Amino acid sequence: MTADSIDIGYVAKLARLALTDEEIEIFGRQLGDLLGHVNALAELDTASVPATAQVVESRNVVRDDEPRPCLDREIVLSQAPQRQGGFFRVPRIISE
Amino acid sequence: MSGAYEAVIGIECHVELRTRTKMFCGCVNEFGGEPNTKVCPVCLGMPGALPVPNSKALEHMVTAGLAFGAEVPAFSKFDRKNYFYPDMPKDYQISQYDMPLVVGGSVKYWLEDGTVRECRLTRIHLEEDTGKSTHAGSGDGRIAGSAYSLVDFNRAGVPLMECVSEPELRSAADAVAFLESLRRTLLALGVSDVKMEEGSLRCDANVSIRPAGSSDLGTKTEIKNMNSFRSVERAIESEIARQIEVVTTGGRVLQETRGWDEVKGVTHSMRSKEEAHDYRYFPDPDLVPLEVSRDDVDRLRASLPALPWERFNRYTHEYALGPKQATQLIDNPSLGAYFDRVVAASGNPQQSSNFVLGELSRLANETNTAVADSSVSPEHVAELIALVEGRRVNSKIAKELLTRMWQGAGSPGEIVEREGLAQTSDPAAIERFVDDVLAANPAVVAEYRAGKTNVMGFLVGQVMKASHGKADPALVNELVRKKLC
Amino acid sequence: MSGSGSIEWSAKQIAAAVRARELSAAEVIEETLAHVDAVEGVVGSYLTVLHDHARAQAEKVDGRIRTGEALPLAGVPIAVKDNMCLDGTRTTCGSKILERWVAPYTATAVARMLDAGAIPVGKANCDEFAMGSSCENSALGVTRNPYDTSRVPGGSSGGSAAAVAAYEAAIGLGSDTGGSIREPGAFCNLVGFKPTYGRVSRYGLIAFASSLDQIGPLTRTVEDAALAYDAMGGYDPMDATSIDRPLETTADALRDDLKGLRVGIVREFDTQALGTDLDALYRAAYADLERLGAELVEVSLPTADYGVATYYLIAPAECSSNLARFDGVRYGLRVEGDDVRAMYDKTRAAGFGPEVKRRILIGTYALSSGYYDAYYVRAQKARTLVARDFDRAFAQCDLIASPAASCPAFVFGAKSDPYSMYLMDYYTIPMALAGLPALSVPCGWVTPQWGSVPMPIGLQLAAPLFAERLLLGSAHAYERATRHAAARKPALERAGS
Repeated sequence: MTADSIDIGYVAKLARLALTDEEIEIFGRQLGDLLGHVNALAELDTASVPATAQVVESRNVVRDDEPRPCLDREIVLSQAPQRQGGFFRVPRIISE
Repeated sequence: MSGAYEAVIGIECHVELRTRTKMFCGCVNEFGGEPNTKVCPVCLGMPGALPVPNSKALEHMVTAGLAFGAEVPAFSKFDRKNYFYPDMPKDYQISQYDMPLVVGGSVKYWLEDGTVRECRLTRIHLEEDTGKSTHAGSGDGRIAGSAYSLVDFNRAGVPLMECVSEPELRSAADAVAFLESLRRTLLALGVSDVKMEEGSLRCDANVSIRPAGSSDLGTKTEIKNMNSFRSVERAIESEIARQIEVVTTGGRVLQETRGWDEVKGVTHSMRSKEEAHDYRYFPDPDLVPLEVSRDDVDRLRASLPALPWERFNRYTHEYALGPKQATQLIDNPSLGAYFDRVVAASGNPQQSSNFVLGELSRLANETNTAVADSSVSPEHVAELIALVEGRRVNSKIAKELLTRMWQGAGSPGEIVEREGLAQTSDPAAIERFVDDVLAANPAVVAEYRAGKTNVMGFLVGQVMKASHGKADPALVNELVRKKLC
Repeated sequence: MSGSGSIEWSAKQIAAAVRARELSAAEVIEETLAHVDAVEGVVGSYLTVLHDHARAQAEKVDGRIRTGEALPLAGVPIAVKDNMCLDGTRTTCGSKILERWVAPYTATAVARMLDAGAIPVGKANCDEFAMGSSCENSALGVTRNPYDTSRVPGGSSGGSAAAVAAYEAAIGLGSDTGGSIREPGAFCNLVGFKPTYGRVSRYGLIAFASSLDQIGPLTRTVEDAALAYDAMGGYDPMDATSIDRPLETTADALRDDLKGLRVGIVREFDTQALGTDLDALYRAAYADLERLGAELVEVSLPTADYGVATYYLIAPAECSSNLARFDGVRYGLRVEGDDVRAMYDKTRAAGFGPEVKRRILIGTYALSSGYYDAYYVRAQKARTLVARDFDRAFAQCDLIASPAASCPAFVFGAKSDPYSMYLMDYYTIPMALAGLPALSVPCGWVTPQWGSVPMPIGLQLAAPLFAERLLLGSAHAYERATRHAAARKPALERAGS
C-alpha cells in the first residue's frame, strides 16, 4: 500500500466533506505520511491473532422492552437548522 | 410467460417487529402519530446518546428463525452500515453484516390449487428502521423534481427484521404465495403486524430470466415501490415480460434498481447499480456481541404455536379440506382455533368445516359477530355433529338448530328434546307421509313413471315438508323410489 | 483573593466544610465565580461559564444539606469538558458545527456528580471533538497553561485541566481516548485519571472513538480523583459498554506506602531518549517508588511501539462513523446548498476543523472497500497484541510506572506537524488500547529549553483492568511522600493583573 494510492477525492465524497484543491493537496500529503507510519503494523505477525473490537469482554447487554418518556417536540425542533411545522426541513434529495 | 424462458425471483423483505419500544431506546414503537413526537436523544442520533438493544426484539428474531427452521448461531453481533441520508439520524444504520442472528431456514408456502412449495432463506438479520421523508414541491409527492423534503423521525429506530430469500421462486404467483406464507407465519408468532399498508411489511424483488431449464443466473433487476401483494404480483409479471421482450429483441438486461409504477403498470429505471455503495461496515463499538443461549433457543422453540404451513398440511391431508377452506381457517386465527376445538370435540373434520365455514360463518356475517364470540360453543357444535352422525337430526334441522343456538337457545340436544325436533326414522310413519304425497300428486307420479325421473326431488321435498323437515331424508328417498316402481 | 480562600481547597475539604455547614455551597460558588471572572481573560478554561446554573445548583445543594443529606461532593465546583451533555446548556465539543447546540439531556457521569452535590461552574474548552493533545484544535477558544501562559495546557481535556490548575474548579471532568486526561494532567501539575474502559458511563459523552473513550477526573490531589471516581463510576443501563458489576470504591483504599507491591518499569520506554533532565527526574521518581517499599521489576511491552499506529487507525475509523451525524439536518450548523448532498458537503466542510477532517478522512479510508482488512482489521489485531503484552507484564508486577508524556507543556504552535502531535500520546496510548486504568501524578519540575519557568512533569501509573483501588491507593502513597505538586503555584497574578 503506497501513500500516493489514496484517492482523497473518493474518500472525501464518502465522508461528505467538500475539500478545496489546497486541502486535497495538504490532506493527501499528510494522510500519505500517516499511512507511511501505520504501515509499520505490517511488521507484526497477526495471522493467528483475533481482532479486538471491545477490550473488556462482555455479552448480551440488553434492556427490557419498557417505554421511557420521549422528548418534547418543541425542544427537539428548537435545535433544527430549518423546520416546517412539526417536521425537520431539508433541501431537495437527489436520488443516486 | 413465453415457454422459452423461465423467471428466477428472490425476495428481500423488511418487517417491523411488534414491540412496545424501539430497537435501541425506550420510545414507543407505534405507527403514525404527530411527527417527531416519538423521539429521544438516542433515536434522533443526538450527540452522546448510545443504543441499548431491546431484548424483546432479539427474542422475536430467534422465534422467527426457529419457525422457519433456521439456524440460530451461538454468536452474533451488530455492525454499522455507513451512508448519508436525511431520514437516517446517525448517518449510519445499526445492522448486522457478517454474523446475523438467523441463518438459513425456509418458507413453506402453498399456491391456490393447494400445491405446497418451499423457498430457502439466506438469512434474517436485525436492524433499525429509518425515519420518513415527505417530498414536497413536485406536485405528486415523489422525490423526483421535489423542491425540499420534510423529515419525521417517529419511525426511526423501530426494530426491523430483514429477511432475504434465495432466488428460488419461479413466478409472480410463487412470490406472492411466499410472501403470504411469510406474513401468516409472522402473524401467528405475534412478532409483527405485517401490514403492507402501514409499512410494517415492505418488500423488494430481484428478478431475472433465463432459458427454461438452464441453471445459469441471468442479470437481475431489483424491483422497489410495491405497496401491496397485488402490486408485487403485477410488478413481477410486468418485469418478467419486459425482460423477455428485451432479450428476444436482441437487447441486454441491465443490472439496476427499477421502481414499480402502480398507475402505469410498468417498472421504470431508478438508478444504476454501477455506482456501488461503499458502506464501510464495521462492528458497532457501542454494542457488545450477542450470545444466544441454547436454553433460550429451547424455551422459544417449545413455545412456538402451530405454524400455518403445518396447519395447511393437517387440514388438507388429515382432514381432507380443500386448499381454499384450509387457507380460510388459517387466515382467520380465531375461527381457525374455534374450528380446531370443534374437530377435537367431534372427531369429524369434514362436518366441522361444513358447519364452521358454512352456516356459522354465514350467521357471523349476518350478525357482524365473530363465530368465536358467539353464544355457540365448539362443544355444542360437536354435540350437533354427533346428532347428525347418529341420524337424530337431518341437515336441514341442523341448520335451524344452529340458528337457534346462535340466538342463545343452548345445547342442540336440549333444543331437540324440548321442541321435538328429532328426526323421524320410523319407516311406518314416513311411509304414511309418502303415501299421502303420492296420492295428492297423481300427475307428477305419472310423469315419473313416463320416464321423467327428475321429478323425484319434488316428491321427496313434499314428503320432507309434510314431516316438518324431521323425516330422515335417506329413508324418504328410499321409500319414494320404492313406491314409484 | 478574598473570602474563605476555599477556591484553593481540595474537593474533599470543600465538601467537608459544606456538609458541616461551616460554609454554604452558595458561598463556595460565589468565591469561585468571582475568581473565574477574574482569571478567565488570561487562562480561558471555559467556553461557557454557567453563572446562573451554578448559583441555582448551589442553592439546591444547600437545601439538600439542610435536609441532612450526606453529599460526598457537597458544593464542590467542577469544570465539565464541553463534550459532555448538561441539560439546557450549550455543549460544543470545541467545534463550530455544535457552536450553538443546547443539549436536551445530561450525561450520566455529570448527572452522578451533580447528584453527589457537585456544582458545574462551566463547560471547559477542549480540542475539537477531543482530537488533539494541546487544546489548540479548539475552534472556539484559546486555553493557556496556568503555569506559563505562553504554553499549552495539553489536551484534549485542556480546559478542564487549566480550570483546576487555576483554581477555577476543584475537579475537572475530562475524557481520555489516547491520553486526553493524563497528558493535560501532567502538563498542568494535576492528577489525571482514566478509569478502566467501561467503568464510567459514556452516555452523554459526545463520542470520538467509542471503544476507547473514557471519562475521568482531573484533580489537584489523588484523594479528590478517588472521590470523583466513586461518585461517577458504576454500571449505567444507558451504556451497553459500561460494565455491569459493583463499583469498588477507591476513596477508602488510599495507602501510605507501596510495601509488598512490584512496580514494572517498561524496558522499551527508555527515558534517556527524553533528555538528561527528564531522565534524571523519572529515575528519581522510580527510586521514590522503591523507597516507599515497592520492588522495581523490568517488564517488556514489545508491541507498545506500534501503539500510535494502531491507535491512529482505530480511533479515526470509529470517529469517521461517529461524526457522520453532524450533517445539518437535526441540529447544529447548516450551510445551505442546492440539494441535500451539497448541504452536507458544505456544512461539514465549514463545521469541522482541519484535525477533525484529517481523522475523518483517514478513518473513512481505513474502513473503505478494499482497505478494511489491510488497515482496520490489522489494527484490531495489533490491539489484541498490545493487550496481551500487558497481560504478560502484569503477571510479573502489580503496577507499571512510566513517563506520562515525552516533554513538559510546549509553547503554542510548537507541534505544527500532525504526526509530531500524535506522538505526544506515545506513553498513554498503549494503556488506552488495552482499556487499562491509568493516571498521571505530578513527579517534579523541569525548566524547558528556552523556557523561563519550571513546568510540571507527570509520572504515569497503570494497573490491570478494574484495579482502580490499587492504582489510586498507590498514587496517593507516592503523592503524599513526594509532594511535588505543592512546590509551585500557577503564575496567574504575574500573567494576569
